[in-house]
Amino acid sequence: MSKPSHRKPLPLALLSTGFVIVWLIVAAFPFLWTMWGSFKVEGDFFSRANWADAITGPVTMRQTGSPFTMAGYEGAWIAQEFWRAVANTAIVTVSVVVISLTLGTLGGYALARSGFRYTFWLLMAALVFRAMPHVTLVSGYLLPFFELNIWGVLPTTIIVLVAINQPFTLWMLHSFFLSIPKDLDESAMVDGCTRFQAFRLAVIPVMWPGVVTTGLFSFLLAYNDFTVTSMLLTQENTTMVPKINSFLGSTQEEGKVMYAVAAVVSAIVPLFALILFFQRQIVSGLTAGAVKG
Amino acid sequence: MPHKTFLAFIWPSLLAMVLFIAVPIVSVAYQSLFIEHEQILITSENCGPFGCTSSVSVDRAAMARLAEEQPAGRYNGLGTYTNSSHLATDEIAGIVATSENFNEIRNRIMNLPFYKALVFTLTYTFVVTPLVIALGFAIAVVVNAIPQMLKGPVIFFSLLPMLVTPLVGSLVLFWMIDSRGIIGAGLQSLFGDPDLSLKASPTLTWITLFTYGVWHSAPFAFVVFYAGLQTVPTDTLESAMVDGASRWERVRFVVMPYLLPLASFIALMQLMDNFRIFEPIIGFSAAASATSLSYLIYNDLRAGNSPLFGSAAATSMLTIVGVVILLLPVLRRNWREFNRKI
Repeated sequence: MSKPSHRKPLPLALLSTGFVIVWLIVAAFPFLWTMWGSFKVEGDFFSRANWADAITGPVTMRQTGSPFTMAGYEGAWIAQEFWRAVANTAIVTVSVVVISLTLGTLGGYALARSGFRYTFWLLMAALVFRAMPHVTLVSGYLLPFFELNIWGVLPTTIIVLVAINQPFTLWMLHSFFLSIPKDLDESAMVDGCTRFQAFRLAVIPVMWPGVVTTGLFSFLLAYNDFTVTSMLLTQENTTMVPKINSFLGSTQEEGKVMYAVAAVVSAIVPLFALILFFQRQIVSGLTAGAVKG
Repeated sequence: MPHKTFLAFIWPSLLAMVLFIAVPIVSVAYQSLFIEHEQILITSENCGPFGCTSSVSVDRAAMARLAEEQPAGRYNGLGTYTNSSHLATDEIAGIVATSENFNEIRNRIMNLPFYKALVFTLTYTFVVTPLVIALGFAIAVVVNAIPQMLKGPVIFFSLLPMLVTPLVGSLVLFWMIDSRGIIGAGLQSLFGDPDLSLKASPTLTWITLFTYGVWHSAPFAFVVFYAGLQTVPTDTLESAMVDGASRWERVRFVVMPYLLPLASFIALMQLMDNFRIFEPIIGFSAAASATSLSYLIYNDLRAGNSPLFGSAAATSMLTIVGVVILLLPVLRRNWREFNRKI
């Protein structure tokens, strides 16, 4: 790329560099700002006097004696029992990922290897199901769940999230399975494997990248869900996102809004770590559906 | 693969989807034909030394018995669909009959809750989707040109707005645009108006929500376009250069047509996701000036101590019809492609 014809004229180079910098600020600054501010008191983070107070923290200094305070985190995690919501979120997300991947690999494999016309209809039905707003489905669950007395507990929510996740999981894994040559499982079957053995011993070992990527997106769906968890869980069983929303109802009191800020930052940090470790898989997952066409 | 093996592999997944997606849709359709029981009132007379007083109260025991017998409520036919909080057929007929000009008709219809939500949902969908595609493409082009070692960190930070929980992301922005937050205070001093608040007027709230939508989804378009840019054939670019195409002409006539299928993929995903916009309305506490179809359903289910199942179900059915209409062109195109393959 060092040929002179490839080199950009200076104004264009400046313009595009400027654009990247502006975008980076727009994308990242709100999170960094909120993380920094979560260690201040409300008087600084929502400063009437001067926005710069949120950086230096004079009110925090006056109230607590140091420029940083853990008051928001203590209030949220201990007094408001945010740790319980975190534990519930951990249970829900891990179960959802494991169950959806198990069902999804089996189903996606079948869809990728069967050439009959009904696979098309199944995939199209899955596409329509994926487009359903989740809250329309939730309005169908509530009454039957009340009747069956299974409303409010974690297992119900996990199964519902797995089911809502299935259309997406099937599409993604189906396209990953299509990229694995049919000869692989057929030669395994010639060697005497049953279809399931061929699937488990020959196909799955080369499918790991696809499974990991799909798992990441299942995790994100379960972790980020608000609609299902807020409608299907009781106060004690609630997960992180509805818990944060419930903090907002009680923010009239001085300082309570900082509980919500601390909880929000606590919910963002795991996602930071996730992107840090799995950036490559996330990017490949986002493009998997697209590049195939 | 024989039918039997196919079924053996797919049944768990199919069962989950049928039980928790298909059956609920049927259940919603059924519920939408019913409404809550009327309250059974009993009049009791208390006679004392100063004459008799009668008081009216709700007969709880009878209500409980009724709810036991008919949990869905009483049959209402299509009544819920046409009442004033849904399609409002009578109200619209009245408005058309009594209004003088088109503007008045439009304004009065816009005050009906269902149409208000529908208009916001559609506006949001069709404003945010093209902006996301345009911004995502621009970011992809400029990021593609920066030095290799910087690309990783730039992509890392770019992914944040998309992957962070929508409710959390909207709260983070909501706190910043508060008049005591950094963006809110910044805008106030920029326009020299100490009373400026983004939450005050419906128009500003709509713009705020659109901005959030673009911020949230642009990274998705960026990543897809960026991956596409890596596969643009270099020989076509070089021959365009030999033919004397300028930098802009190369982007316009080589890169853009090449990435067009990706743009339609992003548009499809975005239409589906934007049509169900819901969390930002809660995060930005914007329900007073902007409601979406999803928000109406949520609000009905959250109503007081007895959820309005019938009303929520009717809105849900209308939303599902909307989704199907939105997807119809895509389904038809896929159907043609599938037939060509066979």
